[in-house]
Amino acid sequence: MNVEPRPIRRKFATPGVAALILLALPGTAVIVFRLFAGLSAVTNLDHQHPWGLWIAIDVATGVALAAGGFTTAAIVYIFHREQYEALARPALLTALLGYTFVGLGLMVDLGRYYNIWHPAWPTMWQGNSVLFEVGMCVMCYLTVLYVEFLPAVCQPFIGRTAYPRLGRFCTSVNRVVERTVFLFIIAGVVLSCLHQSSLGTLMLIAPTKVHALWWTPILPLLFLISAIAVGIPIVIFESLYSSWSFGLKPEVDILSRLSKWVPPILGVYLAFKLGDLLIRGRFGLLADGSVPSLCFLAEIGLGVAVPMLLLLSDRVRRSGTGMLASSVLVVFGVALNRINVFLVSYEPPYATKTYFPSLGEVAVTVALISILILAYRAIVTWLPVLEHHDTDNTGHLTTRGVS
Amino acid sequence: MTSVAGVATTCLVGNDNAHGKSSLNASDHSMGVLVDMPQCIGCRKCEFACQQAEGADVPPINTFEDKTVFDSYRRPSPECQTVVNRFPNPDDADRPVYSKINCLHCLDPACVSACLVGALQRQDDGSVTYDASKCMGCRYCMVACPFQIPSYEYDDAWAPRVRKCTLCFGRFDTATDAPACVKICPNDALVYGKRSELLQLAHDKIDADPDRYVNHVYGEHEAGGTSWLYLSSVPFEDLKFVQLGSTAPPRLTETIQHGVFKYFIPPLALYGVLAMIMRMGREPDGDGQRVDIDAESRAGHLILNAGERNGKQVRHLRRSRMTPSQRPHK
Repeated sequence: MNVEPRPIRRKFATPGVAALILLALPGTAVIVFRLFAGLSAVTNLDHQHPWGLWIAIDVATGVALAAGGFTTAAIVYIFHREQYEALARPALLTALLGYTFVGLGLMVDLGRYYNIWHPAWPTMWQGNSVLFEVGMCVMCYLTVLYVEFLPAVCQPFIGRTAYPRLGRFCTSVNRVVERTVFLFIIAGVVLSCLHQSSLGTLMLIAPTKVHALWWTPILPLLFLISAIAVGIPIVIFESLYSSWSFGLKPEVDILSRLSKWVPPILGVYLAFKLGDLLIRGRFGLLADGSVPSLCFLAEIGLGVAVPMLLLLSDRVRRSGTGMLASSVLVVFGVALNRINVFLVSYEPPYATKTYFPSLGEVAVTVALISILILAYRAIVTWLPVLEHHDTDNTGHLTTRGVS
Repeated sequence: MTSVAGVATTCLVGNDNAHGKSSLNASDHSMGVLVDMPQCIGCRKCEFACQQAEGADVPPINTFEDKTVFDSYRRPSPECQTVVNRFPNPDDADRPVYSKINCLHCLDPACVSACLVGALQRQDDGSVTYDASKCMGCRYCMVACPFQIPSYEYDDAWAPRVRKCTLCFGRFDTATDAPACVKICPNDALVYGKRSELLQLAHDKIDADPDRYVNHVYGEHEAGGTSWLYLSSVPFEDLKFVQLGSTAPPRLTETIQHGVFKYFIPPLALYGVLAMIMRMGREPDGDGQRVDIDAESRAGHLILNAGERNGKQVRHLRRSRMTPSQRPHK
């Protein structure tokens, strides 16, 4: 059943890669321009709308969609569902890259990006700030993710006779990490629970500015549940997508067993979302046909209820396409939720206009996502991340693998 | 000229407060400004004085006599930390109402609670100050402020600052002097003094002349109370003052934060529970739940067919049920 993760070693320069590079170019130019011309030159941010697309997508959605890392780590290593181990390392890499790009996206947005280390400096600690906790947890978690990923970097060098010293060094690093990694795995799950929920606490400080459909004291809980709910779908999506992209055999069996868990979690999330509206007496706001109400309906209807019902069906869960479509819907739902909470719902009292992202902001977000995918592709090409079965030239499985 | 008539004598207490950062307890010792809006004549001298005190390149004072700026509603900006707006007076069309806007210096400021590096601080005298050298420019303070006051130097590529009134902190002696806008006010519309006494003064004014004022001191309770207090002849909502409850916004977020991190017990407890679950799952066999039957049988099938690879597969299968820490090292 288990196959060691191995580098894919496919040709890197494909038309897809070229397309990604093209997508990354305009945004990279915008980032350079922003460094010299300031935020006002490239964004539509103003005194009324201090946070825009970059915070909503690059940071908030980025953190949510990196939840595949801690959910998979918990499933495989804490709850010992080892049959899913093949998914753990790719999910870890996605989380690692996701959080790295959260940091990069944040730096583009920060007015004084060179001060990004300030929250880590003890004289500037400010424990009352929700953002301080988010920042510290993200920094610690990023460190945890890099430590957890060290074996993937070290293993290729172990036993390499060409560089004996490097080989010995990598062997010892690998040994230390493998002996202690359980400490990091648990820490990663704890840190994730903390900051995934705190990301929801962030907007609670502005009760008069956040639309009543989303402002609820249980926002942190909703953020945590939705992060857990999107964990498995993002892993399914990523696994099916990379199989397709690399021409590998998709792990439909493992994934369909894993997808069983998605509807119950989505059900809990939906119950909390609707129950919260009922208890706060805000159900009526859904019927007013405004942009926020439509966004809310899209978020919980298309993004939660529909994939939940889809994944309840055996037929959907057994088909790669079915799982891919339902996973994409869940990812859409949680991403839209973060965009709703940080952008759509934000209604400052003295707003004279509504915020809409500029072309420059969109270009930067597209560039960051493209570079992230490129980095993922490069890393799985040359480092042992994906567990895959050798195929011969005709595409048939060799004896090494099993279907 | 303003003054601080009668209140000045008690100002000395302001600096003696040793409570420091504890914003909730400081309310009794904090200083503030009472804005008597019916007294304001819209001369905009406070705007001039403010810009001058901030060290900006200020146009001559007579340019501030330009009344056309009142045609549109203005908000504080990086250039002007205080602005005066004009509103129609329903009782007397010839005497419009002027309202000065600036940071209200909350007793429990949301911006201070939000700032993750402590660049925004509430000082002992009640002023909420900003230290640009600590700031990383995340602009969460702007999200947090219920009065939508802080503005940002988006045009500055290298060292943009958050801009807001600092009550001229550090520029004058709180015991004997007043902030720039208060000092220049020609019509006693602004009074600087101890907040508790200004509050008394405000209520006395309402009691003495109930026809002149609506019975509401804005800032007494709004957002947990503010150092700036306002008296008005027309309802505050007609002057675009936001309607706020009496709970300071940080009360909820800080309660959640400090609850989640109480003595670090909840995170450590979660760590412990997860570690226990991880450890329990490690017990050798017996627990059929953990073993995936399909995978086992398929693996078994594989072992039978795998010929010389047999040993390796068995090792892999066993390995896969261990935590990474138990794995044999290569």
